[in-house]
Amino acid sequence: MIVMKEMNISDYKHILVYAEIKDDKVIGTSLELLGEATRLATALGNNTEVWAALLGNDQEKYATELFRFGAQKVVVCNHTSLNVYRSDLFGEALTQLIRKYKHETVLVGATYAGSELAPTVAAKLKTGLAAHCNELKIDENKKFIQVVPAFGGKVLGDILTPNHRPQMATIKSGIMQKIEPIDFIGVVEHFECDLSSVGNKIEVLAVHKESTGRKPLNESDIIIGGGFGIGSKEKWAQLEEIASLLGGATGCTRPALDEGWTQGEHTMIGTSGVAVKPKVYINFGISGAAHHTCGIKDAGLIISVNKDTCAPIFDASDFKIVSDWEKIASALIEKLNS
Amino acid sequence: MNIAVCVKAVPDSKYYDKISIDPATRMMVREGIPTVISDLDKHALEAALALRDKNQGKVSVFTMAPESALDNILEALAMGADEGFLLSDRAFAGADTLVTSYTLAAAIQAKGPFDIVITGNESDDGSTGQVSAQLGEWLCFPHIMNISALVYSENALNVTALSEDGSIDYKMALPAVLGVTRKLNKPRLTNIMGMLKAKSKPLTVLHYGDFPTDDNYLGLKGSPTQPGAIYAPKMSRKTVELTGTPEEIADRIVQELCKAGVRH
Repeated sequence: MIVMKEMNISDYKHILVYAEIKDDKVIGTSLELLGEATRLATALGNNTEVWAALLGNDQEKYATELFRFGAQKVVVCNHTSLNVYRSDLFGEALTQLIRKYKHETVLVGATYAGSELAPTVAAKLKTGLAAHCNELKIDENKKFIQVVPAFGGKVLGDILTPNHRPQMATIKSGIMQKIEPIDFIGVVEHFECDLSSVGNKIEVLAVHKESTGRKPLNESDIIIGGGFGIGSKEKWAQLEEIASLLGGATGCTRPALDEGWTQGEHTMIGTSGVAVKPKVYINFGISGAAHHTCGIKDAGLIISVNKDTCAPIFDASDFKIVSDWEKIASALIEKLNS
Repeated sequence: MNIAVCVKAVPDSKYYDKISIDPATRMMVREGIPTVISDLDKHALEAALALRDKNQGKVSVFTMAPESALDNILEALAMGADEGFLLSDRAFAGADTLVTSYTLAAAIQAKGPFDIVITGNESDDGSTGQVSAQLGEWLCFPHIMNISALVYSENALNVTALSEDGSIDYKMALPAVLGVTRKLNKPRLTNIMGMLKAKSKPLTVLHYGDFPTDDNYLGLKGSPTQPGAIYAPKMSRKTVELTGTPEEIADRIVQELCKAGVRH
């Protein structure tokens, strides 16, 4: 096992965002994290810079986009092995990069890959990692505080990393805000990683892409949500119809997902699903457990329909409609069709 | 084939809405909420039992918790696990994920060798989803999480890991660590026979000193992250009730959609 080395935390500077690439572009979550890193750097002062790391092949081409969204420096780590994501290769490459540049703070998007990459790197560096942060703060002593949800979002807790660096955080999509794109070209640095020690204990056999043919939930201006109260897959079709009439998407809670009525796991809203901030969120038959309401708190307008006047969802809503959901849904479909 | 399954004992997620924060002490109030095996860990256990049933060997359950969690390990034994280890000591308390995974890895190393280590992708309570990858790092085993399918053949595992837009199939050499999702399987239920058998299966409490550890990585003191204040999220809005016939309400909803700029 590894021997702990004395760490001089003042050697660690700047904020690094891991830039994840999907379908030949930087994912929105990484751009959101650059926005947050920009805000944190301003709060920290002391010439704190925002950096981004790109891992893969021929990654330089993505640097422009990162500069536009707040990166001041981009470190490119090209390696022929960094093709399809593998926890061992990407984990080793990012670890070596952080060891060299000694970033004080590292932010990683909590995608499927990012949620595995971040703890892998944190364990290699023997440092702290806070998962799925709702908020990042700098206190009056310039200390970095990470706010994490627990118990399905019922409780929030501050996490500090007093004596270890980097201090690492994962953040889900839709939590942080991008900056308005700027006209800026910063410095691109190249970093050479040595992956010879990784070996071939993991081998990629195949990559499967499933196209849903729909906008991702967190890019929709209007989301129609449904919960266990919907009752059946046949009835769920009414929510799809409303979403389609409004050019929006459907989202769901865990119980509705488990019943198999919905579009799938990627449409589950809440602490273990996605956080969304549409302009309007209309939901039917959702009781409003903290799991779910945590994921909609940044929505513009929230309209909730539930037959139980005491349903907790109403507390988190702008408009409350106490009714059998089907009555409202069919009236709405009729109105939208007329 | 010897398989270690790491299982977390958590407050039952059905009752999370009953959890509150005492305004005076700023402490969490979770009285009367039963402790259960974290949901995804049951899927981890099911995966292990299915592999053992097909390939022989044994399934060992590891839990780090206060001694009250013996009941949860008994449940795992009733489901079909062969032996249980409860890591329980004040020296382990307050551990963050790095140190929890360290302590579990140290016990797994001491009680092994194991061919496969399986955990749920994340726990119901903290939901960090960090322990499986970190176990892999401490044990120096290849590790993959988000697993929705797995097949064993010829000393290797073929696994499917979920991604945002589909999935990736990997082949892993053993020994390996897996973090599994709900999609993988349906956990078996316990029955009376299982419960009766569970009582005669080996269940060992491991205290500090019962297996080799590096004190630098134990408990709250060894944890890089430290907890600060806790509070309840503010999510409430000024709620206006809409009443009338469904048609009137639908009209009003459409007006609000226009105001919000999502319909013209």
